[in-house]
Amino acid sequence: MSTDHLTPVLTGRTLVRANPVSKLFAAAVITLALMSSIDWVSAVVVLVCEVALMPLLGISVWGLFRRIWPLLIAALIGAYGTALLAAKTGEVLLQLGPVLFTEGSVAAGVAVGLRALALALPGIFIVLTTDPTDLADALAQKLRLPHRFVLGALAALRLVGLLMEQWESLGLARHARGVGSDRSVSARIRNLLGQSFGLIVQAIRRATRLATAMEARGFGGGTRTWARESTFSPLDAVVAGVGLLVAGGAVTAAVLAGTWNFILS
Amino acid sequence: MTPEQGPPGPVHVRARGWGWRHAGRKAFAARGLDLEISPGERVLLLGASGAGKSTVLHALAGVLGANDEGEQEGELLLDGAPPAEARGRAGLVLQDPETQVVLARVGDEVAFAPENLAVPREEIWRRVGRALDDVGLDLPLDHPTTSLSGGQKQRLALASVLAMEPGLLLLDEPTANLDPAGVIEVRDAVVRVLESTGATLVVVEHRVAVWADVVDRVIVLDAHGGVLADGEPGEVLTQQAPRERLAAAGVWVPGWQPEIGGRMPDGGGETLVTARELTVARTRRGPAAVHELDLDVQEAGALSITGPNGAGKSTAALTLGGLLRPRSGTLRASAELAGTADRDPFRWRSTQLVQRIGTVFQEPEHQFLTPTVADELEFGPLRVGGVVDRERIAEVAERLRLTGLLKANPFTLSGGEKRRLSVATMLATAPRVLILDEPTFGQDALTWAELVTLLRELVEGGTAVLSVTHDADFIAALGGAELRIADGVGRVVTR
Amino acid sequence: MATSPVRTGTSPTTGQWRVVDIVVASVLAVAVGVVFFAWSAGYSGISVLTAGFPPLAGLYSGCWLIAGVLGGLIIRKPGAAIYCEMLAAAVSALIGTQWGLGVLLSGAIQGLGAELVFLLFLYRRWNLPVALLAGLGAGLALGISENILYNALWTIEFKLLYVLFAAASGVVIAGLLSWLAMRGLARTGALSSFAAGRTADV
Repeated sequence: MSTDHLTPVLTGRTLVRANPVSKLFAAAVITLALMSSIDWVSAVVVLVCEVALMPLLGISVWGLFRRIWPLLIAALIGAYGTALLAAKTGEVLLQLGPVLFTEGSVAAGVAVGLRALALALPGIFIVLTTDPTDLADALAQKLRLPHRFVLGALAALRLVGLLMEQWESLGLARHARGVGSDRSVSARIRNLLGQSFGLIVQAIRRATRLATAMEARGFGGGTRTWARESTFSPLDAVVAGVGLLVAGGAVTAAVLAGTWNFILS
Repeated sequence: MTPEQGPPGPVHVRARGWGWRHAGRKAFAARGLDLEISPGERVLLLGASGAGKSTVLHALAGVLGANDEGEQEGELLLDGAPPAEARGRAGLVLQDPETQVVLARVGDEVAFAPENLAVPREEIWRRVGRALDDVGLDLPLDHPTTSLSGGQKQRLALASVLAMEPGLLLLDEPTANLDPAGVIEVRDAVVRVLESTGATLVVVEHRVAVWADVVDRVIVLDAHGGVLADGEPGEVLTQQAPRERLAAAGVWVPGWQPEIGGRMPDGGGETLVTARELTVARTRRGPAAVHELDLDVQEAGALSITGPNGAGKSTAALTLGGLLRPRSGTLRASAELAGTADRDPFRWRSTQLVQRIGTVFQEPEHQFLTPTVADELEFGPLRVGGVVDRERIAEVAERLRLTGLLKANPFTLSGGEKRRLSVATMLATAPRVLILDEPTFGQDALTWAELVTLLRELVEGGTAVLSVTHDADFIAALGGAELRIADGVGRVVTR
Repeated sequence: MATSPVRTGTSPTTGQWRVVDIVVASVLAVAVGVVFFAWSAGYSGISVLTAGFPPLAGLYSGCWLIAGVLGGLIIRKPGAAIYCEMLAAAVSALIGTQWGLGVLLSGAIQGLGAELVFLLFLYRRWNLPVALLAGLGAGLALGISENILYNALWTIEFKLLYVLFAAASGVVIAGLLSWLAMRGLARTGALSSFAAGRTADV
């Protein structure tokens, strides 16, 4: 029994019923709006909306925290990095030798950190409320992406948990051969590379066999029908609308507050 | 293609002088094949490895030319048309249950093939229901495919193929990777399917006894091309010449056992590893697999670890081998075995472990580390002491018939050769305890005999040999005690 | 009765993607994503270390670029680098080594960096210099796109340093390692359905 990283338990009953394409649309629009500028106003607006929508996810705050704590650390590191390296404007806040923090750079850091958080959350929304097979159906039927690639990707994604288990198993097998408990960095790196190579060999062999099996079942032909129909409903219009509103609101708020900072300027 | 007309009937197969050579290879994979299979006939295809049995099946399924270039001689026809033009008429089930599953849910998996054949939606789900019924898989349509047993996965593969309503059923060693219960499961499912659809059957398998009553015809392919024997199972399998050739090729001919030798003496020397109230688990936080095991591993003794699928045999074996952390209880190596290292095997560094306890994994490829066979054999000794005893290595290579393969890449060896190499690499460091996980799984009779003989010699020479196994013949040949694991508890049964 | 042999089957060298190309590319991308997860789980301390001086993170950014370069070297068809890099990025987002939909955009751009190099050689040359250049292309794409999308507020000298490190990392980690991996894979026989497994480097 492998751990299934592809959401065996979908929380959030409402969003599960929405078509994956509309969820993708909403997330994409929000991401685009956020990406276009680095400023704290747009980031805060989006964050507040996301937090407000959090109950839709159907998991507790602790459950969410357990999933995303590395993200919080990454956002902090990003914020710190920008504070360290941004243009040093405003009053000096802290100076330790070459390390210099000023008001301006810290403000920049805060903006980057908040933005990182706001950018990451729509993805979590999608992952927690979308079944991968439904997503593949939607991408192929509604967005008309080439079905061979969509289904190939789906079949491959199913193997994530299995490949992780195989990584562990490879580690044990190599330990039994006398490899694996060295201290030195170069030995550990060599070992890591060797184990990675081993996993990739197994993965490719497996993929070749899977390709034969899929081919033997008629995969690869031009036309195909779909056993599960991907449909749009009024809920999808709502989801898409909410996405547009949040994105538009963020941009408008930032422009009005004068903090809009286009990344390409 | 009008599916409304109902499924087309069983397929007629004709081969005339057919041969195939993969691009870039010198030898033909199959050559000079002349045969005719009537609709509804059930055929068992046998032959030495290298005779091209898999190639023939893949060609009939139409997947041969799809991924590889090659040269074809002669012709191979299904109902008068080449296989590539007869999509959906032949269904192929492969050997490995794990790598044939495409989608995450049972219903979707079975629906995959009719989707590819552009069958209308309502008809797809009707076929899904029928196919699952035919193979006896009584599961909800959204049951996850990862949590199926091996036998269930093979039956699912069969159902997935059935949903195409094929007239020709092609099975490429479908039970090779299954435990005894799974083998019977799958065989019975195939019988049910044949009764319900009347399709033509071609099955390739080492385990002849399982299929001898199901098929009405046995065809033996010659490794040099053409057909060696062709007739009813009763005839072909009892006639002297083909029987001997088959046995020499490693096929498990019914009524014939590989020569092994007499009873093993009851072992038991000093104790090398002791387990007291040992509870084992696969992961740090997951459920415990086996509770409170009490066991003494003695030198010059064999121990077989048996039990139903999923009982925790591998977990117990890996923990005894010092690879997994015990959940609770103690695992102690004797002072003599531990030598300069800690008394707890789990704390040994890899180099200490490989000299004391060797573990051979079920899949040999997982333990290959170097680009050539020679390097593999030298790897252990080099890691341990930096000195390579060339004589000993040559001896081990000779003993396991690897001398001709020293320069080859380990991954390019055949299944039996890989198994021998993985055992040889463990032997190169002369551990006093050897643990093997399913050593005879999917092996033909020749490799089986070699392995068993080798392990018996090791036991006689003083090594403690622990094997996780389903194979009753193996247990009988090796003698010693048996650790039966069921319902989370293990009991030692001596003979 | 031997009729003269007829060459059949699909060639691994046409521009058309066969089923085996699609499935292997997909599983390869997923496997690289899992490998990357295993690396970062084992070396999570690294990102904290480089936090001290963020452009240093560019030195290991090549790890993210392996999927694209290796995918291109093995599949050898147009679009392989972009597809593999994007799918590996999606896997990273799923299992939590990277975050957000933006990861897909980054993956596409980084894959494009390698893809352009392969295109430059008309998808016909797959030797070590091409692999290194592809790694360089991906590294530059990563450095420049990250500078625009995420590091926009850094001062120019740090941005330049980041691109430099990313490019170097791309050449060594994504370019060299991928090429070595491809050769190693070919020797195991795993690539027998691909041109990479049969011909010597062109």
